[in-house]
Parts: sequence; structure tokens; C-alpha cells
Amino acid sequence: MRVRAQMSMLFHLDKCIGCHTCSVACKNLWTDRKGAEYMWWNNVETRPGTGYPTGWEDQTHYKGGWRRDRNGRLRLTLHSRGGGLAKAFYNPVLPELDDYYDPFTFAYGDLFSSPLSDQQPTARPVSQITGQPMEPASGPNWDDDLSGSDVYAANDPSLDGVDDAVRAQMEEIERVVFNYLPRICNHCLNPSCVAACPSGAIYKRSEDGVVLVNEDACRGWRMCVSGCPYKKVYYNWTTGKSEKCILCFPRLETGQAPACAHSCVGRIRYMGVLLYDADAIEAAASRPDDELLDAQLDTILDPTDPRVEQAARLAGIDDGWLDAARRSPIYRFVKDWGLALPLHPEYRTMAMMFYVPPLSPLMSAVEANLTRLEVPDGAGPFEILDDLDLARLPVDYLANLFSVGDRAPIEHALRTMLAVRTYKREQVPGGAGGNGAGGNGAEPGADGVGPATLAMLESVGLTPERAEEIYRLTTTPTMDDRFVLPPYHRELAIEEVNDPLSAKGSTGFGAITGPRRGS
Amino acid sequence: MTTNDLLFGAIPYAAVVLAVVVTVVRWRRAAFTVSSLSSQLLESRLLYWGSVPFHWGLSLILVGHLVGLLIPQGLEAWNGAPVRLYVAEATGLALALWAGFGLVVLVYRRLSNARIRAVTTPMDLVVLAIIGVQILSGVWIAVAHRWGSAWGPGVLGAYVRSLFALQPEPGYVAPLPFMVKVHVLAFFVFLAVFPFSRLVHIVTLPLQYLARPWQKVVADRYPPHPSYVTPRRGR
Repeated sequence: MRVRAQMSMLFHLDKCIGCHTCSVACKNLWTDRKGAEYMWWNNVETRPGTGYPTGWEDQTHYKGGWRRDRNGRLRLTLHSRGGGLAKAFYNPVLPELDDYYDPFTFAYGDLFSSPLSDQQPTARPVSQITGQPMEPASGPNWDDDLSGSDVYAANDPSLDGVDDAVRAQMEEIERVVFNYLPRICNHCLNPSCVAACPSGAIYKRSEDGVVLVNEDACRGWRMCVSGCPYKKVYYNWTTGKSEKCILCFPRLETGQAPACAHSCVGRIRYMGVLLYDADAIEAAASRPDDELLDAQLDTILDPTDPRVEQAARLAGIDDGWLDAARRSPIYRFVKDWGLALPLHPEYRTMAMMFYVPPLSPLMSAVEANLTRLEVPDGAGPFEILDDLDLARLPVDYLANLFSVGDRAPIEHALRTMLAVRTYKREQVPGGAGGNGAGGNGAEPGADGVGPATLAMLESVGLTPERAEEIYRLTTTPTMDDRFVLPPYHRELAIEEVNDPLSAKGSTGFGAITGPRRGS
Repeated sequence: MTTNDLLFGAIPYAAVVLAVVVTVVRWRRAAFTVSSLSSQLLESRLLYWGSVPFHWGLSLILVGHLVGLLIPQGLEAWNGAPVRLYVAEATGLALALWAGFGLVVLVYRRLSNARIRAVTTPMDLVVLAIIGVQILSGVWIAVAHRWGSAWGPGVLGAYVRSLFALQPEPGYVAPLPFMVKVHVLAFFVFLAVFPFSRLVHIVTLPLQYLARPWQKVVADRYPPHPSYVTPRRGR
């Protein structure tokens, strides 16, 4: 067992309102620069949809991630080592700028400098690359809330294998459904961008698992862009270097949550430490498709296990990190409660950002010009627990996103959330659950929850205590509950190599030069 | 000192010194500027028709030139039978024309596409011009002064060896046809421009990729890992 620590983020999709505040916070902090205008290290996609860059999930086209060969060995989908070098002069599977979008701004100066005229001056859109006027034709969230056309949604690869009848249901206007998918770099355990980089410029930090590009070592071969199945490495067209989400490591090192998480309006994001077994990565990533998810979750170690603790100390993980790992909200959601899953585990990169799948309204039907919930007469609200297909977002679709097509983990997560919701509603006198105060034909207990509801909790493997914990961390967590950040002690690490007193009166450590493009 | 001595006796050394010293300094002091400066993100279709012939054509021709200069006896032995001489010459000419086609496409792409123009520097055009002169003069020699693979190793091999021996004999080049001189001189200009231009990406060809493990994990928790780069102050 070789223990390493990972800073991991969790997205509670049931709470995401798709406001893009995260994207804007990230853009303002990191990518508001020449050459990076088109990059959205954090973006929010409407699902179903083709995302950004368009069609990024289509790995038969983009060849991102890893595959398992006939002998059960792990292979980079993009290329062999020699094949990678042979393609140095032209990368056949690189997304083009128009697959993202042509970044544009508006000629605001014209509002002031236009000559006197009868017409109002206008600020025309101009390309941020050529500076020429242009007609914006696409953007990173052009299909927000399923706007624009149904082409985006119909082309979503995660709809493959979803029953035609179910697909038709999703598109009916009365039943139309979408959810939001915020995405950042997944800071994978088995990153394919690192493997694809011929220059060896990308690396994973052992201390917190952040995957970074060494800009001084990057030579601009762009294989990382193709190799990443999530298309979360971007090529800066002006400096000729690759860039990616850095998980706001300068903020993490100073005890602050990443900007996207910190600014999240819906408070859907959680941040915490996971301990994992580095020796188990390759075997886990090589498992057959149906064992992948479990294998990945098994590499995450229990921080309360004394053996893990001992191994962690041997690996140089200090008490502060161990303590943070024990209090990690990510560990609770992912391992204790089984509520959160990684995005597309079938890419075999072992993504370390986790998602709580979203609940969705029950399907509705239009009758006599009235829309009503399509719950059969006489069916109690528990019914939905056993018939999740009544939910508008098909379980198969969510399973294609988060669990290699396996319905069981999705059903477990949705049932758990529904059970907690029903249980908590019951506690409210005359609660909206419909079973309030003995609604299930029995006398309520002390907290107003009937035995039928308690039995229902038990049927999904929950105790009232655990239901309360889930409820608390889901609905009313404080900032400190959501972001359990370990002490980095970066100042001590710096002192090892750099005398802080020698920098007295200056602006800080390190080389501060502009990102000058080579010629 | 005659003009010939200057061009083929002094300039070669100046070019090599520039190429080596400036490349090393640039690599150490401004590693960030060393990149292949790809513009594929901005335009992909024409790049395919330009970059692939250009790079592969020139690389293979370079290998041919190196074979002629490093193992001239081998080349002479190969050329012993006329058929094989014809094959070698025709291959070289075909590769040059292929690379030349790629160059034309690349120049057209640089000048016609608005996005590509936005990332084109004057030095990019200088580089393309120098290589254009190289290809044109090479094709000219292949056609007008035929069987270069037969006479080249003898005549130019001796000259190059004299350069390496630090006893330059520019006299070897003096009686050669004008286009051969252009071809040789253009190479030295290429070397001199090399470290100041995007050409520097040639030395970044990442052959180490063939041997390295897939994953790379850096431990910079204290005590610092040997791979931890100490930030240097003052720049």
C-alpha cells in the first residue's frame, strides 16, 4: 500500500442551478488573457447536449482516455509511444477552434469614438483572435437550457443505448428535461494527458494529486489536448503552450477553496481530501468495464483504518492532512453513503471529481389542458423509490454518464436521496410528503415520522441518524463543512530551498516574467 | 581574405557558434519561449496538406544528406550500379518536390487565413523563405547538375570534413556552380537563424518519450524531491 493524498471536489448536481458563476469566477481569475479567451477551465453544460468542446464525449472521434486491450492490459487510446512521435507534425484528432468557439468581444470603443450621426452607435462583435468584425455563431454554452435547437441534445453520445421510447419522452415538450453538468479538470489518478505528453511536461503532484503542466517544459505538441477524454487541457494559441485547470492550487495552499467552488451560488460544491492507494491504480484501471467503478472506488482508502494511517505517515502525510481526510465531506458522499460517482469511469483515467446524480421531477401528462404529475392513483410517494423510471431523467442516461451503464449505483443514489427527502418532509407537521402524521396508516413516532417511513428508510439501507447526516451535509452545510481544507505548510517547503528573509522588501519568490511567445 | 573565404570559411563557424550558444542560452534562460508554436488549433485542413509533406520530406532528405557526408563510401557502393543511382536520385528529387509542395501550402496558409495571420511573425516568413531557397536550389542542382549523390560526397564531403577538422578549405567550394554555393550558404544562414526562430523546436523532438513510464508523479513535499525545481530569483 502506497498512500497518497488527493484534493477532490464534489458536485451535488441536485443543487446546481446552472448560473455559470463558477465559470465566470474561474475566467476572471485564470483565463482572461490573450490566447486563453476561448478556454473555460470550468464550464457548465446543459444535459442532454454535446457540451464544450462540442462532442467531447465521442471518443471514437477524439480517442481520449485509455482502453483495455484483448490481453487485459491498459493502452492509451490515442497512440503508442512511437506512433505519438510519428504524429508530431500533424495531430489527426485535435479539436479545432470552431469545436470550442471563436472567442469574441465587442468594439466598445466605437460607442465613444463614432462620429455624430442620426443613428445610435453600436458595439459590433469582433473576434478576439483576428480583431476583425464577426458574427458569433457558437459559444461555450450556446445550448444553455436546451436553447437554440434540439440538434445539440439529439447528438449527445450518452443517449446511445437509451431506449427510443424513452428518448422520445425526453423530447416531448411537456416532459422535456435537462440538468446541468459543471465540469473542471478531473485531476485523475491515471491521467491520460500525462501519458500522452511526449515532452513529459505534465505531472501529478503527490501531495494533493493536482495535475499540472510545466509551462517551461511544454513544447506545444498538443497530445494532451487529444489524450484527455474530458477535453480539459487547452492549447494557448498565442504562447504555444498547453494550459489546464490547476485546481486553484495557490488558493488551496493558502487555505482557500478553489474560486469555482468558493463562488458557487447553489453551494453545490464540496472540497476535501481523499487518501488513495497508488499501487492499486494500474490494476484498477485495467479491469473489465463492469468492474471499473467498484475498482476505482476501492482504491480510495479508509482514513480511520489504523493500517492506512500508519502507511500514510510512512508516506509523509502529516496529522493535519490525516485529520482533514477523516473529516472529508467527499469521503462521506462517495464512500460512506454511495451517493457520488465519477464522470465517465469507462475512460479509465480514474477521475477524482465526483458527482451526486440529480433528481428530476416525475413525468407529467397533459390531460384536459392541465398538466399533472403522472403518479398512478393510489400510489404513495414511496412508489417512486421502486419505479425510478417515473423520473423524467432516465436512469439509463445517468448510468451512461456516471457508472458505465450500470443502473444499480444510480438507483442507489437516487433512492437514498428520495428516502431522505421523504423522511425529512414527514417531520414537518402536515408535511408536503403526503404521509404526514400517520399518513401511512400508523401512529407517528415522537418526531412525527411514521413506522412505514422508517421501514422505507431501512429498505434503502438508511438509519434515521444517517438520513439526518445526509440531510445536514446536503442542505445546510456551513462553509467549513463544505470545504475541509488541509494545512499545506507551503511556507515550510519554500524555506527548505529559499531563504524568506532574502526576499524582504521584494515582491515575492520565483521568476515573475510575462508569458512571452517564442518566435 | 576573399569573399569565398568569408562565405565558406568564416560564416560556417559563426553560424555553428550562434546555433549552439544561443540555443543553450535560450533553453536555459527562456525555456518558456521554446515551443513548436503549432497553429493547428486555428486551422487544421491546410496544415495537414502542408505540414506532413514539408516535415517528412525535409527530414528524409536531411537523412540522405547525412548519409552522403558521414558514410560516403556506403553511398558510393550503393551507386555502383546505375539503376540504384537513378533510384536514389529520383527518390531525393521526389522528396524535395513533395516538401516543396508542402512549403507552398504552408506559405499560402500563412498568408490567406486571417486567424493564421494573427499568429504569424516576420521571422516565420524568413524561415519559410530560407527553406524555400534551400529546396529550390536543391531541386535546381538535382536537375541541372545531375547525380549529386555521386559527385557530392567527394567534393562537398571533403569540404565539410575540413570544417570539422578546424582547417577550413573554402577553396573546395570556389569552383562549384553558383547554385551549389547558394545551397551550401543557405544552410549556414539556416543554422544562424535557427536559435532566433521557431526552428529551435527541431531540438525538442522528444525522443525520451520512447523510454519514459506513462505516468509522472512529482513529490515536492518537504524534504524536497530531487525533481523539485528551485525558483531562481532575479529574472
